[in-house]
Amino acid sequence: MDTIQVALAERAAEEQRHHGKALFFYVWGALLLMTAIEVYLTYQNMQPAKMLTILMGLSLIKAALIIGYFMHLKYEVSRMKWLTMCSVVACLILMTIFFFPDAFRILYLGVK
Amino acid sequence: MADSAVHDIPSVYEPSLFGTYSKKIGMWLFLLSDSLTFGALLYAYSYGRISTAGWPTPFHSESIINATIMTAFLLTSSLTMVLAVRASVHGDASGQRLWLLATMLCGTGFIVLHGREWSNLIAEGLTLPMFPKVPGHEAAIEFSNVSKLVPQFGATFFTLTGMHMLHVTLGVIYLGVVALRKKFIPILLVLWLVAWLGTPVYSPFHYGAHVLLIAAIVCTVILWLKPKVYDSSDVEVAGLYWHFVDLVWMFIFPLVYLMSAKIL
Repeated sequence: MDTIQVALAERAAEEQRHHGKALFFYVWGALLLMTAIEVYLTYQNMQPAKMLTILMGLSLIKAALIIGYFMHLKYEVSRMKWLTMCSVVACLILMTIFFFPDAFRILYLGVK
Repeated sequence: MADSAVHDIPSVYEPSLFGTYSKKIGMWLFLLSDSLTFGALLYAYSYGRISTAGWPTPFHSESIINATIMTAFLLTSSLTMVLAVRASVHGDASGQRLWLLATMLCGTGFIVLHGREWSNLIAEGLTLPMFPKVPGHEAAIEFSNVSKLVPQFGATFFTLTGMHMLHVTLGVIYLGVVALRKKFIPILLVLWLVAWLGTPVYSPFHYGAHVLLIAAIVCTVILWLKPKVYDSSDVEVAGLYWHFVDLVWMFIFPLVYLMSAKIL
């Protein structure tokens, strides 16, 4: 692909990113709705583990909407998406692997 | 021969490997590194919660309502930010400025509500040893017990939310510079004086207000060294930062507030 084609592709992507306003309002509404659901669930006396799972699930969906639509990552080229998402997810998985088993181990050992 | 010679010469600017301009890639790389900072703080909070028996749930419904309104402010600011980017791409300068100012307004609302909540918690006894005591205010036993028995809670709570509040403050300043350029500096100095002189000496915000003074000096130097009219790419890059701040709050709000809500 030569420079002109790349420029045209970038221009097309740029135009695609900024189409109608309506989509942004839908995303905003969905984010507010999910926030309201989270607050509602807080007062439903659920088991903490179950509640945490649901809240984190909703947070991940909200994060995906923000990154995809508001930050326009959905419309970037594949390389950009993979570079950004894979690197950060890999680091967070490593943190999870190293931190959490240790935190549970302390609890089970009965350290007060 | 002449044609092949022309075609063999590489162009001065090679196409970007990631299909976009370098400023945006730079901001994405910064945000990736910053996400690890917040990731580490969120993990530290979660680690403390898991490994500490009797983790407190100090947030009454007033705190939850306050945090929910703060969340709505941030989500709305993301909408106005994306509309500012859209206006800038379409060459609508006044629309761009208007939406940027609306974003700043929502961000400022978030900071004010958060500051008020911090002040209330500190006054009621949920505090850190480094914060001065509030004179003439009786600490609630419930909150002072939290500070004494589970100091990890206050330490992780104030670090995490304080770091986020700092990011929001810097975001508002960033947007102010993009929207108003040099005109924003005197406004920033006025805000610094109001925040500094308008808060009591025992408040952490009395000293925290100096962040605004430091930011004003840094912005003055930047605008003096490189005066320019910010174009749509600058607005989009500023937007990336702003949305990231919103994104981080989407994890802080449920993890810190909702999971520690006091259910009566």
